[in-house]
Amino acid sequence: MPRFTFRLNGRAVAVDSWDPAQPLLYALRGPLALHGPKFGCGLGQCGACTVLVDKTATRSCTLPVSVAAGRDITTLEGLGTPEKPDPVQAAFIAEQAAQCGYCTNGMIVAAKALLLRTPKPTLEQIKQGLAGNLCRCGTHTRILRAVMRASQA
Amino acid sequence: MQTPASISRRDLLKAGGALVVSFAFAVGPRRSEGRGAAQTPASSNNARPLDPGEVDGLLAIHADGSVTLYTSKVDVGTGMRMALAQMAAEELGVAPARISVVEGDTSLCPDQGGTGGSTGLTRGGTEIRAAAATARRALLALGAAELNRPAAGLTITDGEVRPLAGGPGIGIGTLIGDRRFALKVDSMAPLTPAARHTSIGKPLLRPDVPDKCTGRHMYIQDFTLPGMLHGRVIRPPAIGATLISVDESSIRGIPDTRLVRVESFLAVVAKDEWAAVRAATALKATWTNWEGLPGHQGLDRYSRMAALDRDQSIVNRGDAPAAMRGAAKTLSATYFWPFQSHASLGPSCAVADVRADGSATVWSASQGTHGLRTNLARVFGLPPDKMRVIFLDGSGSYGTNGTDHVAADALLLSKTVGQPVRVQWMRHDEHGWDPKGPQQLLDVRAGLDAAGRIVAWETEMWVPNAAPGSRALLAADAARIPQEHGTGSGAITQNGEPPYDADNIRVVAHLIKETPLQLSNLRAPGKIANVFAVEGFTDELAVAAGVDPVEFRMKRLTDPRAIEAISRTASAFRWETRTSPNPRARQGNLLVGRGIAYMRYKQNENYVAMAMEVAVDPASGNIQVRRVTCAHDCGLIVNPDGLRNQVEGCIVQTLSRTLHEEVTFDRSRVTSVDWASYPILRFPEVPAIDVILINRPDQPLLGAGEAATAPVAAAVANAVFDATGVRLRTAPFTPERVKAALHP
Repeated sequence: MPRFTFRLNGRAVAVDSWDPAQPLLYALRGPLALHGPKFGCGLGQCGACTVLVDKTATRSCTLPVSVAAGRDITTLEGLGTPEKPDPVQAAFIAEQAAQCGYCTNGMIVAAKALLLRTPKPTLEQIKQGLAGNLCRCGTHTRILRAVMRASQA
Repeated sequence: MQTPASISRRDLLKAGGALVVSFAFAVGPRRSEGRGAAQTPASSNNARPLDPGEVDGLLAIHADGSVTLYTSKVDVGTGMRMALAQMAAEELGVAPARISVVEGDTSLCPDQGGTGGSTGLTRGGTEIRAAAATARRALLALGAAELNRPAAGLTITDGEVRPLAGGPGIGIGTLIGDRRFALKVDSMAPLTPAARHTSIGKPLLRPDVPDKCTGRHMYIQDFTLPGMLHGRVIRPPAIGATLISVDESSIRGIPDTRLVRVESFLAVVAKDEWAAVRAATALKATWTNWEGLPGHQGLDRYSRMAALDRDQSIVNRGDAPAAMRGAAKTLSATYFWPFQSHASLGPSCAVADVRADGSATVWSASQGTHGLRTNLARVFGLPPDKMRVIFLDGSGSYGTNGTDHVAADALLLSKTVGQPVRVQWMRHDEHGWDPKGPQQLLDVRAGLDAAGRIVAWETEMWVPNAAPGSRALLAADAARIPQEHGTGSGAITQNGEPPYDADNIRVVAHLIKETPLQLSNLRAPGKIANVFAVEGFTDELAVAAGVDPVEFRMKRLTDPRAIEAISRTASAFRWETRTSPNPRARQGNLLVGRGIAYMRYKQNENYVAMAMEVAVDPASGNIQVRRVTCAHDCGLIVNPDGLRNQVEGCIVQTLSRTLHEEVTFDRSRVTSVDWASYPILRFPEVPAIDVILINRPDQPLLGAGEAATAPVAAAVANAVFDATGVRLRTAPFTPERVKAALHP
């Protein structure tokens, strides 16, 4: 079975996959046992599966594992923990910016990428930066406040 | 073509394969009781009574002083878990952090009803609080004996029974520690008065949020079992189609994958999830043609012409038809609301483990695990006392989405292949096959006298009838297993009458015999459309009477809570008193206006008033909601931050439903099957939202997961009328529809 190696949350990992077109998401959630990135649509439409690939927010549900090979992947778990959260995670917790939380992975990872590019965004820039991430519970106003709070941390 | 009996064992997967990773999750020891105890048979060793009338049914106090609550009510992202803990903490004298909640486990939790109709706290919480108050009285008595003091001189603080006068106390864990109270819940047991609340009313942070923000929270989608297979179901290309043949060679190249067929139930199972996904896509199957749907276009005409089961009188006060004939002025209008989907962000998922002895365990995010167990056992011929359904958090469901169907999929697959099976629906499954919120057609008429009083009001609604029985499970229908075909979609006829002084009111529901798409309860069932019609039409009456819309409503209300909700909304919104439409609407290329809507949920629950400012672009037809002000009175507030989160969510989600959402279907199937064909609201459209919480500690609490959805569509429509002079009476208010209304 072909083997694909990449960096995952700071560590070198290898995944065997029978299909080089297998989306990275299935490798992350299956053999690599991570559950931050979520399956939402498999179409790159909702953002629930977002990970950082070389610091760029990327839809892992449409990224073939063969393309991820050799890259530096960071998932929600790689940003921080409940005990030591990343400032974006800490801001989401402080603002209680979740309801069901299924979109939260994508929101935090996309916000992290946005703040890496634009450390002091305006509210409008945050709205545009998260325009491709869907939330169904309607937690948008809290998510916006959380990203704003993280940018001021 | 294969039958289950002839399935080759060739590819049967080597159980415990390297790709199956069991997920160890960090939860406290008490919570794992409900979640991790995978193989406990449904009927074993459970000493606790599964009776919500017993204190021991609803709670246990452990030797270390921690507390576990047991309830069939489940937290679907609403924060209910925290609120239940606060209500119990208040009576037990412990910190809410010492309380964990086991939800929706049919072997551990008494049946307090499913989670719906905003009853999580009103029923679940109230019963638990009464149980906690009963336990408190018993703990004080135990403490009195132990401390040798009268119970009247004792209190419970920080988990200890202590003398009010000071001095050493004794821990509640020491007093009862995992032993049973053996007491009936006394609904009259004295409750801690509001003035002394230390837990209720506090904006405590939800314990699940840090885990949700770091990838540690356990969702049903994350749950695995050793030896588990991944299943995907191939649903027919037309709703009523049956399977003619399957070409098994079409999936031959995909490793460790096999076909499962039971009549027209067609699925694949695989060791590797991606293999199952690929196989489901690659599988070639031939189905019969079927064109039994009317199509979504013209659904309003379809509703009016459809065969009826019967008419139901919802409200009949005075003699509305006679008063209408005598009115100085009459108005009428027709409103329409389309089919909508729960459109959960994460497709529904379940894991089932059916054993050879007929015992079965199902992990599910269902909002009604007890009802699901009963139905699954009945339909699939399994003994209910050997079936256990365990709730795990899912993606927000907002009613009955695909969860019950996917549980049936997983159960039928596990029963057929004899191994644990996990099924997660794909995006097109969830959008295409979740049971939908029904279409609603409403005719409203009113008669005003010369002074502008409402002397007659009539609402006629055309809605699908609620045939009794359980909702049919897709898997069972496909497998030709006999089952009930209920068509309930919740209490969809409520709020069809105005909440205002009106002498004669008649509301009639014409109950349509058939429904094109399968139905279920979708958040605030029926109420959004009914309030859209009633409050939109109230605005039309205010315009006809030449009166400011706030003033028109306030003059026709006497309940001080209703009046306060509207007046506080208007004041915070800086409502400008005048008639509609707005004489100074134009701002550059945009037309700007404001609208208000008010309702009392189910006519006897929450009071919600909502004002909005919109900007309409007449060239594009786009509506931008700029700001929303909402005053919300649900009696006693348990957790103001959780409540605020719910109210904001109600508003934003219903803006999405109002502006964007319509299930489309042709003669064969649902055609809105992803986020491009079923768009929802995105961040750039999010308005500024100001929520005013009116707390009434002296009043009973009311559920708050739905009420603030109900006025949203009407408030938008009323604001659009103020901006443009054009009345929108059909949702969703898409740019095309707005343009067509503006430029007829």
